[in-house]
Amino acid sequence: MSAISIFFTALFYLSLFVFLIGMARKIYQYWLTPTPLKIPIAPAPLTQTGVAMRIVREVVLFESLFKSNKWTWIFGWLFHVGLLLVLIRHLRYFWPGDLPEIFLLTQPFKYAAFAMVIGLVGLIGRRIFVERIRYISAPSDYLMLILLLVIGVSGVVMTFTNNHTDIIMVKEFASGLLILNWSNLPTEVYFLLHIFLAFILLLIFPISKLLHVPGVFFSPTLNQVDDSRKKRHISPWALKQEQGHAVRLEQALGKD
Amino acid sequence: MVEKFDIPTLPTYIEIPDIEKGAMKGDGPFKSSAEFQNPLGFPGEKVADWQTVAIAKMAELKSKYRSVQVFLDACVKCGACTDKCHYFLGSKDPKNMPVARQDLFRSVYRRHFTFAGKYFPKLVGAKDLDETMLDDWYNYFHQCSQCRRCSVFCPYGIDTAEISMAAREVLDTVGVGQKYCNQILGKATTVGNNLGLPEPALRDTLLDLEEEIEEETGIAIKYPLDVKGAEVLLVTPSADFFAEPHIDGLIGYGKVFHQDGVRWTMSSFASEGANFGMFIGSYDVMRKAALRIRKAALDLEVSRIMVGECGHAWRVAYGFWNTLTGVGAGATDVFGLKLQNQLDPRYSQPQHIIEYTHDLIKRGKLEFDKSVNDHRTVTFHDSCNIARASNMGGIPNGQFILPREVIKAVCNNFVDMARDTIMESTFCCGGGGGLLTDDLMEIRVKGAMPRMQALKAVEGSDNVDTLVAICAICKSQFSKVLPKFDFDPYMIVSVHQLVGEALIMDKPQIEEDLSATEVVG
Ligand code: SF4
Ligand code: SF4
Repeated sequence: MSAISIFFTALFYLSLFVFLIGMARKIYQYWLTPTPLKIPIAPAPLTQTGVAMRIVREVVLFESLFKSNKWTWIFGWLFHVGLLLVLIRHLRYFWPGDLPEIFLLTQPFKYAAFAMVIGLVGLIGRRIFVERIRYISAPSDYLMLILLLVIGVSGVVMTFTNNHTDIIMVKEFASGLLILNWSNLPTEVYFLLHIFLAFILLLIFPISKLLHVPGVFFSPTLNQVDDSRKKRHISPWALKQEQGHAVRLEQALGKD
Repeated sequence: MVEKFDIPTLPTYIEIPDIEKGAMKGDGPFKSSAEFQNPLGFPGEKVADWQTVAIAKMAELKSKYRSVQVFLDACVKCGACTDKCHYFLGSKDPKNMPVARQDLFRSVYRRHFTFAGKYFPKLVGAKDLDETMLDDWYNYFHQCSQCRRCSVFCPYGIDTAEISMAAREVLDTVGVGQKYCNQILGKATTVGNNLGLPEPALRDTLLDLEEEIEEETGIAIKYPLDVKGAEVLLVTPSADFFAEPHIDGLIGYGKVFHQDGVRWTMSSFASEGANFGMFIGSYDVMRKAALRIRKAALDLEVSRIMVGECGHAWRVAYGFWNTLTGVGAGATDVFGLKLQNQLDPRYSQPQHIIEYTHDLIKRGKLEFDKSVNDHRTVTFHDSCNIARASNMGGIPNGQFILPREVIKAVCNNFVDMARDTIMESTFCCGGGGGLLTDDLMEIRVKGAMPRMQALKAVEGSDNVDTLVAICAICKSQFSKVLPKFDFDPYMIVSVHQLVGEALIMDKPQIEEDLSATEVVG
């Protein structure tokens, strides 16, 4: 194997490792952190089913963002849906051996790359030109978008211009990563750039604002049922405090 | 008094302003002193090693509150919330944009608790907690009314109120507290109400009120205090006892109770519905204040607990009482059950006075002469804490529906303000969250601008001349700021004032004697 292939193979495992461990730790942290009070935000569902539907609407349609700002919504939604479709299409590279027929269906998803790129360009534009958003942006906020944009554009270049990569080699490399049967990767610059940045993205996922992905599911304002009068909701630390202090508090209060 | 700041002019519609850096820079509200800090368990002045203490407190809070931890991590700086805060719209200070306000806290979180912020602070906008930052915290976290409007519009539901509360708790912990809130909390947790009104004074006030009403209407409406064995315990903001227009709301409650004939009481031990413990973000102080109500309910052996017209009181009562003190239902623990076994399961516990009146109306128990209110054209201001953090009637959006139905039952002319300024999108009055103090008058006036603009619009289109609210803070704030925008300060009234004025008091006046006769006969 060439040195460069070894480098990328190693980078992949490193990134994947950091991603998996980092995300597991974060999700575990969110899971363990109690919600001492009921704080659902209006319009708050009164049932568990209602909450599930709310989360689905937020994740699939970006409901709140739609209410909030149509431009950010359309660009953000195009980007996310584009990314999702493109990712699904990428599964073919990681599938070892012959592709099942179902993958034919994902063929047109390549055009989703344009949605992704348009969305990203729109988001960058807003970040630069809308004064309020510029004010709240740190360098990392621009870099994140640029990172994604370069990944997207390099992908588009390889798919839709004469800069095609050797797909067979890509597939052998990518699926080899999963079944531990390593092989060389193509060394065209677009391809290297594409996967280098993709691996970097994986690497920084758990230490960046990409934590909004697990965050949306753990957000207490969105995922709590509005039933505080019907059920006593109490956090472990408050319950402990209550048991320890119950007697003393009652006495202390009586004295006033 | 001449204003030292410009009062915003009311535009035809709300424009998103260009940012004006440092527009609301300042020292923040008056600081608390040892006298008010110590009783709440906070240091009396800024502690020597305040940085260490503050960071440790942040660590504690983010491990105790999932909201804080998730909200600090999840924000993508999309900017969707930037134009949603009334304080930004009114003041143009970019640090009043919700995400920028959170960032005051988040940048410190990043610096001290995240990998990227520790090693690449510039890259991710991480900042140290230095004097300047602490001052900014104090100033700008007291320019947030914890109204939660931003949360409605954030794709992750990020609630700046939670961050504000956390920041204020850190500030209190290092000895930099706000005088207004902490002084009031001292009174509420020792005397039993925010005014510091002891039992004899309260009793006198209520007697005076009874006399006044009897003189005016000829009906002996009672305001019972500390009546053991009453059915209903009413807990209402103490402003209802004194302030205008609040007291007319209290008269309205009394009339409804009288007409229904329910045995009710207030408690001198727990004569305060407001709970500023929420504003300062302290679970323990909030619980301490709420426990007084639990004790009063147990001592007076009531079977129902009802809350008067107050916004954040209703949030605490509806959302938090069950957690804090067991006023509610569905407890499985000894502490909660002790009270819940005493409460009547046929009613929601606690119940809002609007829910109670609404139910009476639905069951045809109250009759109104709506024409009494014909000289008014009314609009309803949804108070933030009720609109965005509670429910009424147990039906979806009940907190918007019930008050409107009550108003329409007693009044012929009702108009809503623009849809994006009411219900879950309601604009704060500008005085919530512990900001209702004269030393914050500038931000209060500026923050009221969006609500005033919406009001101006319906004044123009529908001749609205009465603004109705169910929150003591809103009522006080509006009385102050309405004239600054050329409105009549007396146009703000309670829902129960309208109810009380239209209610036909046809109940036999001598009922007590009648029942006595029956016993004899
Ligand atoms: S809307 Fe939410 S995610 Fe977007 S900037 Fe505001 S707080 Fe952050
Ligand atoms: S909670 Fe209300 S006052 Fe505070 S930042 Fe959000 S919109 Fe502004």
